[in-house]
Amino acid sequence: MANAQTLASQPWSLWFTQALRLTRIEVRRNLFSWKAAWIYFLAFIPAAIILIHTIFDPHHPGQIEQDTNILAGILEFYYIRLGIFFGCLGIFSRLIRGEMIERSLHFYLLSPVRREVLLLAKFAAGSISAICVFGSAILLDFILMYWGFGAAGRDYLFNGPGLGQLGSYLLIAALACLGYGSVFLLFSMLFRNPTPAAMLFLGWEAINPILPSLLQKLSVAAYLRHLMPVSTQADGLFAILTVPTVPVPAWAAVLGLLLLIAAVLTYSCYRMRTLEIRYSTE
Amino acid sequence: MSQLNDQIIFNDVSKFYGEVLGVNRITLSIPPGITTLVGPNGAGKTTLMNLMTGLVQPSTGQVSVMGLTPATPTEFFRNIGYCTQFDSFPRGVTGHEFVLDSLMIHGMPESEAYRLTDEAIARVQLGDAAFRKIAGYSKGMRQKVRLAQSIAHHPRVLILDEPLNGLDPMARAESLALFEELGQQGMHLVISSHILDEVDRISDRVILITGGYLIAEGNIQEVRQGVSEKPMQVLIRCDHPELLASKMFAINQCVEARLHTDGGGVFLRTADLNSFYSMLNQIAADGSVKINAVAPADDDAAAIYQYLIGSDGSPS
Repeated sequence: MANAQTLASQPWSLWFTQALRLTRIEVRRNLFSWKAAWIYFLAFIPAAIILIHTIFDPHHPGQIEQDTNILAGILEFYYIRLGIFFGCLGIFSRLIRGEMIERSLHFYLLSPVRREVLLLAKFAAGSISAICVFGSAILLDFILMYWGFGAAGRDYLFNGPGLGQLGSYLLIAALACLGYGSVFLLFSMLFRNPTPAAMLFLGWEAINPILPSLLQKLSVAAYLRHLMPVSTQADGLFAILTVPTVPVPAWAAVLGLLLLIAAVLTYSCYRMRTLEIRYSTE
Repeated sequence: MSQLNDQIIFNDVSKFYGEVLGVNRITLSIPPGITTLVGPNGAGKTTLMNLMTGLVQPSTGQVSVMGLTPATPTEFFRNIGYCTQFDSFPRGVTGHEFVLDSLMIHGMPESEAYRLTDEAIARVQLGDAAFRKIAGYSKGMRQKVRLAQSIAHHPRVLILDEPLNGLDPMARAESLALFEELGQQGMHLVISSHILDEVDRISDRVILITGGYLIAEGNIQEVRQGVSEKPMQVLIRCDHPELLASKMFAINQCVEARLHTDGGGVFLRTADLNSFYSMLNQIAADGSVKINAVAPADDDAAAIYQYLIGSDGSPS
C-alpha cells in the first residue's frame, strides 16, 4: 500500500513532458544530420536495387511467388542481419557514447531530469528514428516489388496475403530496431568502443539457431524468425541462419523479445545512474 | 532555511580515478557569496566542481549543495547552474536553440522557456549571433552561450569553470560585472579562474587547492594573514619614501623595502601589521613624512597563490 502511494506521488506528468521533449530534440538530431546519411544508404539501398530491377527486367505474374521469397530473404538476411543491425549500431551508439566523444553529454546530465528518464527518452528517440528510416525503407521495397506486376501485384496485395506480410515485416523491423537498439545502447555505456562487442554479438546472432534452446532466448534475431510470414532457406554458409528451431507462437516471440528488451533497459538504467563524465579518458 | 542549507558542504570527500588521485579528504563549507577556486592545472579544481554537480561521484565522503544532492536531480539541478570548461556543444544547433532546448528539458511551459532564453541571451549580450549556428562562433561567443545556458533557469548556485577563458578584455569586464551583479542578487557563485587579478576583485572567499589537497580557504585577507612566513607587504604613498623606509627599519617594523617605480611611494614588508600601522601613525603625526595613501599590496588571490602554491604549482 505504501509502495503504491509512493508510486502515485511521483511526478509522472513532469517526467512524461521531459521525456517527450528530450525525444523530440534527439529525433531531430538523429534524422536531420549529414552524419546519418550512411544509415539512409543502408536502409534504402535494397529499394534502389529493386527499382533498377523493376525498370530493366519487367515482371511476369508467374514470378510473384519467387519475388515474395526474395523479399522475405532481403528482410531476413539483409535488414535483420545487416541493415537494421548496423543502422541501430550507428544510431544508438551515438546517443550516449557519441555524445561522450563529442563532449556534450554533460549538458543532459546537468539538467533537472532523472537519468532513467533521460536514458529511456534517448532510447525512444533512437527507436523512433530507426523505425522511421527502416520502416519506410521496407514499405518502399514492398511497393516497388509488387508495383512491377501491375494488376496481379495489386491483387496479391489487397486480395491476397500481401498486406498481412507487409504488417509482419513492419512489426519485425520495429522489434528489430527496439531489440538491437537496447543492446547497442547498453554496449555504448559498457565499452569505450562498442563496435568490437557488436561484431561479437553479430557472430552470436549468426550461430544462435544451433545453440541450446535456453541460449536462443538471448538473441534478437531468434525471436524475429518466429514472426516471419514467409519461410526462407539459404544454402552454403548462410544455411546456419535458417536452421529450423522449435516453433514458438508469434505472441510468445513478441512477448519474449519485449521482456529481453525490458531486462536490457533496466540494466542500462542502473548503468546510467552511475555514469560519470570523464571526457579526458574518451 | 537553516544556515547549513545555505552552504556547499564537502564532508571528507576523496575522488580517485582508478589509481590517480583527483582530490583527497576535502572537508569544506562554502557559504553564500562569490568564492574563487585557485590552483594550478591538475590541482583538482574541476574535480571539485564536478563533484558538486554530480558529474562524478565521490569515492568516499559526501557532497551536498544547499542541502541537496544529485540523487534528487529535479530539485537539485533547478537550483544549480554549471558552466563547464568543455568547449563543445550538440551538433548543428544555434545558440538560441541550445539555450531553449536545455530549458525545454526542465519541463516548464514553452512560453516560459522562450522568455527565459531571450532574457539569458540578452544578459550575456550575445545579440543576433544567437540565431547563428554555434559551429561558427568565436571562442568568446561560445563562452557566452555556455554562460547563458547555465544562468537561464535562474539557479541559486552558479558554478563557473574558467569562465573568462577566451574572452577579450571587454567581454571579461562584462562577464565580471555580471558575476558581481549575480552575487549581489544573492546567488552563490563558485568560480575557478587563472585570471586571478580580475576575479580577485569580486571574490569574497578563496579556496586554494593543489595536487588534490586543500591548502587554505576562507576570506582572502584572513588567508593572507595566516601565511606567517611571508610578511605582509604594504604600499605607502608619501612625499619621502626613502626617509619613511629608513625610519621603519630603525624601529624594527620593516623587514624589506622597495621603492615604487614612480618614486612616489614605497612597498614595505612587516611581520606585525598592527604594530606597523601604529608606528606609521606616529611618523605621520610628527610631520616628517607626508603620507597620502596606505594600502595592502599582497593580500590578493594572486599573492596568496604565489606564496602558498608557488609558481610551479607545488606547495611551498
